[in-house]
Amino acid sequence: MTAPTMLLLLADGRFPAGAHAHSSGLEAAVAAGRVTDLATLGDYLRGRLATAGLVAAAFAAAACRAAEPSHPRPSPSGEADQSRLRPPPNGDGDRARLTPSPGGDAGQVRRAALARLDAELDARTASLAQRSVSRRQGKALLRAGREIWPAASFDELPAAPGGPHQPLVLGLVGAAAGLDPAQVATVAAHATVTGSASAAVRLLGLDPYQVQALLVRLAAACDATAAQAARAAEEPPERLPAANAPLADIHAEAHATWEVRLFAS
Amino acid sequence: MRPEIEHDESVPHTHPEPGVDPHAPLPAAARALRVGIGGPVGSGKTALVAALCRSFADELRLGVVTNDIYTTEDADFLKRAGVLDPARIRAVETGCCPHTAIRDDIGANLDAVDELAEALGPLDLVLVESGGDNLTATFSRGLVDRQIFVVDVAGGDKVPRKGGPGVTAADLLVINKTDLAPLVGADLAVMDRDARARRGTLPTIFQSITEDPRASRVADWIRHELAHHRVASPVPVPAGQP
Amino acid sequence: MRATARLVARADRHGRTTLTELRGESPLLLRQVPAAGGGRTVYVVGGAAGPLAGDDLRLDIEVGPGAVVRVQTVAASVALPGRPRTVSRMLVRARVAADAVLHWLPEQLVAAAGCAHVTESQVDVAEGGVLHWRDELICGRHGEQPGHAEIHTWVDLAARPLLRQSLTVGPDAPGWSGPAVLGGARATGSLLIVDPARPAEPAAVRGTLTRLPLASGPATLWTGTAPDAHTLRGLLDGANGLSSIAVTAGAEEHRVVRVG
Repeated sequence: MTAPTMLLLLADGRFPAGAHAHSSGLEAAVAAGRVTDLATLGDYLRGRLATAGLVAAAFAAAACRAAEPSHPRPSPSGEADQSRLRPPPNGDGDRARLTPSPGGDAGQVRRAALARLDAELDARTASLAQRSVSRRQGKALLRAGREIWPAASFDELPAAPGGPHQPLVLGLVGAAAGLDPAQVATVAAHATVTGSASAAVRLLGLDPYQVQALLVRLAAACDATAAQAARAAEEPPERLPAANAPLADIHAEAHATWEVRLFAS
Repeated sequence: MRPEIEHDESVPHTHPEPGVDPHAPLPAAARALRVGIGGPVGSGKTALVAALCRSFADELRLGVVTNDIYTTEDADFLKRAGVLDPARIRAVETGCCPHTAIRDDIGANLDAVDELAEALGPLDLVLVESGGDNLTATFSRGLVDRQIFVVDVAGGDKVPRKGGPGVTAADLLVINKTDLAPLVGADLAVMDRDARARRGTLPTIFQSITEDPRASRVADWIRHELAHHRVASPVPVPAGQP
Repeated sequence: MRATARLVARADRHGRTTLTELRGESPLLLRQVPAAGGGRTVYVVGGAAGPLAGDDLRLDIEVGPGAVVRVQTVAASVALPGRPRTVSRMLVRARVAADAVLHWLPEQLVAAAGCAHVTESQVDVAEGGVLHWRDELICGRHGEQPGHAEIHTWVDLAARPLLRQSLTVGPDAPGWSGPAVLGGARATGSLLIVDPARPAEPAAVRGTLTRLPLASGPATLWTGTAPDAHTLRGLLDGANGLSSIAVTAGAEEHRVVRVG
């Protein structure tokens, strides 16, 4: 592993990318009475990790790969996923694949790859509220990335009106920081559990030592999710994980309608 | 981020013709002066913002960003007060961390400032109101150019003596609700003396929005700071623009 | 058991739908019944219990320009355990041409205790095509915990990704019944409607049902959770007025036994 301090800096909740304002559905789950204590928080975090965490980590790792051409593209037969399913080849997906012209500009290749990841992530985010939040968080992280790594290029991110999806920006920020795709996936998986856990401490008044002990118990699952995501990121974009959770959509849309809320998500 | 300018005490903190902007229009590229308004819960931050909106409504291109922990509450107050077009107000959720959003992790507020400029065109002044917090909360210089700290006499006349970064270092300290002083047994002279001791040459304004609904002395101070900003800060690129 | 079935629909010059190909094998047998308005309704008739782990079933559907097809099943499928360390698979591939209409409205999939099942749906809708696609998953028969079940839905619209969703339940899926995923609900399902003629509908939520306008529409997804199959169907039906949709024919509206 290279750059351990850089990894810690990016994973730190104090990294100024707006994480403190997001509960990632927890505020709505608390309001609905589904998360009430440490045990239900643990169930919540496990479910998030296996769904949104896996998808975010895979897309972040894939964006990091796209940014770093030094990570070789694997053969299509490469083993990707522990799932019993090999994600479908997407019907006529091949025709949608943006094949860069030989000798084409590397920037164009990256731009096309990121645009494709953006569209694939949109298709994995059925909830408009969740799409907006992901783009807002991406915008916040992009601001930090541009300020902190002024020499890095973020211009190849798709110019979506609400901002680029957060995992894509995380991939590029990770690449700028010298992290590899597996490390970027670790940052994303770690953020999935720590963000909601921190919100739970604030919303439910849980004992912070108990919550930290819960995170310690989840560390191995977090690492496993990151490893699974990093392997999946070697696949073409349409085959990246799409694990969804009905309540994530329901919570996000309910939260977006509230007049009064403490968290932005 | 903060322009390196000296605060010139020889310039009077009043305006010859309040309500008339004597300054040439800003060049389109210059960014707005960003003024943070912080202070403890209930000290009158939102009332001050409303008063300043009244003062500047016909004078400046104004935007407001509010950080109340109850996201829409302050914005709704301003909208109900009818002092500002709702399109000129943006609310930022702070995840129970109002101080984080204005000091340690300011992106959401900067985004809100940018969105105001994108939606409304160039602005002269953006007021960033913090969520109610305690005496230790201050704004990052990456977010605002100047900050006003608001305390009120009902909080007790020992507040200036307690100090804290807001009281000691804010560019302007506002001691609010002076009309309540006799009712709560607060000694304004003590507060004035302690504020001077804490703040040295930094200005302090005593005011009552009940008696001065336009907060005219605070408005004058902002006009003065804006004049400095225009001279010293012809910033060519709005915050956050690539 | 391996089985494949294939359905190809074309519109004739009068706009009537004909099934130019309709073949299957047990347990994937296809039966057509006439439908109102020149469309065709096809039932997938399970010729055996299952699917059982080890089964590999594949259904291809092709709806040509102007053709109108509705596909249903006569009863819920119950995924059951079978040979050890094997998985039952159901792969549905559908192509919907411009101006074609496909309604895929099967009964529920029930993930029985000990099952190991994967359903994959890959749908390609051409620009101008209409798709109604319903998925309902019941986690376990009455009083039992489900085995492993994965539902993968991949839909492209005009060769762009429209919807990619995978839901996994069972003992290998961390947190699946917890407050982030199903919140203890035994039934979950969704209805996707792709229809350029349908007015855009904003996001909405009512209880545990939400209406989600998709990013690269014209398409809307309804997603819900419920304590049982009956309540879930009520949510999805009620949300969309399914009974008013054009292909519906009186003869096929008989209800099959519900599970859950």
